[in-house]
Amino acid sequence: MRAAEQPADPAGTAWPARLHVVTGKGGTGKTSVAAALALALAAGGRRTLLIEVEGRQGIAQLFGIDPLPYEERHLTDAPDGGEVRALAVDAEEALLEYLDMFYRLGAAGRALRKFGAIDFATTIAPGLRDVLLTGKAKEATTRTVDQRRVYDAVVLDAPPTGRIGRFLNVTAETARLAKVGPIKTQSEGVAALLRSPITAVHVVTLLEEMPVQETVDAIADLTSFGFPVGRIIVNGTRPPLPAGRVVSAAELRRGLLAAGLPADRETVAGLHTEAHDQVIRRELEDSLRADLVELGLPMTELPLLPDGVDRAGLATLADALRRAD
Amino acid sequence: MPSADAAPQLDVDQILADPGVRIVVCCGAGGVGKTTTAAALALRAAEQHGRRTVVLTIDPARRLAQSLGLTELDNTPRQVKGIDVETSGGELHAMMLDMKRTFDDVVLQHTDPTKAAEIFANPFYQAMSSTFAGTQEYMAMEKLGQLHARGEWDLIVVDTPPSRSALDFLDAPARLSRFLDGRMLRMLLAPARSGGRSVFSLVTASFGMFSKVVQKVLGAQLLTDLSGFVAALDSMFGGFRQRAEQTYRILQARETAFLLVAAPEPDAVREAAYFASRLREERMPLTGLVLNRVHRPAVPTLDAASSRAAADRLTELGGHEGAADVLRAHAALARQAVREQQVAARFTEAFPLVPTVSVTAQPADVHDVDGLRTIGAAISRS
Repeated sequence: MRAAEQPADPAGTAWPARLHVVTGKGGTGKTSVAAALALALAAGGRRTLLIEVEGRQGIAQLFGIDPLPYEERHLTDAPDGGEVRALAVDAEEALLEYLDMFYRLGAAGRALRKFGAIDFATTIAPGLRDVLLTGKAKEATTRTVDQRRVYDAVVLDAPPTGRIGRFLNVTAETARLAKVGPIKTQSEGVAALLRSPITAVHVVTLLEEMPVQETVDAIADLTSFGFPVGRIIVNGTRPPLPAGRVVSAAELRRGLLAAGLPADRETVAGLHTEAHDQVIRRELEDSLRADLVELGLPMTELPLLPDGVDRAGLATLADALRRAD
Repeated sequence: MPSADAAPQLDVDQILADPGVRIVVCCGAGGVGKTTTAAALALRAAEQHGRRTVVLTIDPARRLAQSLGLTELDNTPRQVKGIDVETSGGELHAMMLDMKRTFDDVVLQHTDPTKAAEIFANPFYQAMSSTFAGTQEYMAMEKLGQLHARGEWDLIVVDTPPSRSALDFLDAPARLSRFLDGRMLRMLLAPARSGGRSVFSLVTASFGMFSKVVQKVLGAQLLTDLSGFVAALDSMFGGFRQRAEQTYRILQARETAFLLVAAPEPDAVREAAYFASRLREERMPLTGLVLNRVHRPAVPTLDAASSRAAADRLTELGGHEGAADVLRAHAALARQAVREQQVAARFTEAFPLVPTVSVTAQPADVHDVDGLRTIGAAISRS
């Protein structure tokens, strides 16, 4: 590692890895968090790469731009002259690129594609597809030009928690099929990087039962496979309730009158129910938060964005991630 | 809610009670409550409408699975006990899909035991049957086809896999069967059939190159395994495609009702809209949209801005902290509700004729039969 030659990390010691793998249950905001992390790590004149691998074009949708090609592109500027680039990795393209690198296929490569051979190869050996995708992330993470790293950090918007263990555990999947040859060598190289301190796998969750359960399961999986788990990122959190209990209906009624609002029975009962439901919800959230704390991993909470994840929202999330301790 | 009111109201009870409806498919993006919705609808069909119902779940939360008596993954429907069917006479059965086992069953049905054993031992089969991205979708459809063929149930409710995209449920089976029946496999097989020399010389030229590349990249052992896999699958050509097509036709039939499940989040709504247009293209019956996790203020007349302003006034006045907190909470809720309506409107504007029902967000998560019953009542607005 040559980290000493790189510019100082503005995010301090909270994000020591260089390859950040972001997973989470569907619907937890994994892609937004990955984008915000790429933005946070690019601050201070650094350059980061945000990679997506599932062909969903989630990054393009998030930023409201045209679908990303299989090509590293400028995505957005970060504060203080930083830059975030983006790449949508396509397994077929990655395989052709890979074959070309080793075998100089040229026209033969195009013929392979026309025949559906590439689709065939990645279908019959699903592990091959994953090796190609993670392999591309490895290549970007370790790429240097003139002995300087091209990217200070790479953020991978990875498959959801249900599939993350298998996705990263490339050697196990390919070893079953390829006992020798460059694919085996390639997957061993990827596996070594994914298990080294260069990599951190972050799990995004909400304070809801299913996502928390999947987070617990995924962390157990990742740990048993030997992948370094980074942070638990709790998305969509709300500030704690100021008072520990709900006011009485009579108190609420006096308040409404003092504020010049209607204080009929229906309004008072309605608002009271809302407040009560909210307390129940918060109690559940607190107990789920306690379950997460018990995992003993660093945890970062991101605020709920009332207007959704727009550019300002992403900046807010990036800011919260940068301030993580 | 304006967004939901603009669309016709979805009457779930009418669907569940209709003896002509034999299959309900719940589709949508991950994390929108698809499994819970499927289970709640199935429970309601049994309890309220007296139907002999089976729910096919893919990946239920542990506690929900336990509450349905699904303690093991054994690929057979189990009757759910302790539900209220005395008056209705219905039944509820539940099962969890075992992807690999379903695949094994298909192989067993299409070939003799010796060949089947050969296939099961092949590393390619092992990789495909347990990890191929489309296998879960294909097997969910296969299982649906099997349950339907047995004719034992009045109603089959299907939860769909938590795919990369909801469309995978429709696309992956065709892709997989195309692959298993496909020209690549035939090409790999061709030399074996004619003693090493294919009769199709054109194919052989390209294929020779292909196999050389494969050999270089993956090693010779792999090619041996691959051709073994292909030779063993030879006896099954046709079977896969035929089955996938059969199930596809069932999905197009009048007895099937597709319910889109979404939450008022941009991704989920976009996914629902993609799916709706695909169903229309495929002439598959889209029956309605269930919009889960909708936040609805109990006092809709008090908007977010007025509520926040009032809270600030109370803070200034002093002595009303509790009431001010309640008003701030209401303001946040009202704001969220407005945003959700805007997001949901993207679907209703594109598909104004699709009946829709909004289901209010529950304060706590659902993991027992009582909870499912509450959700079922909320979906059917009763």
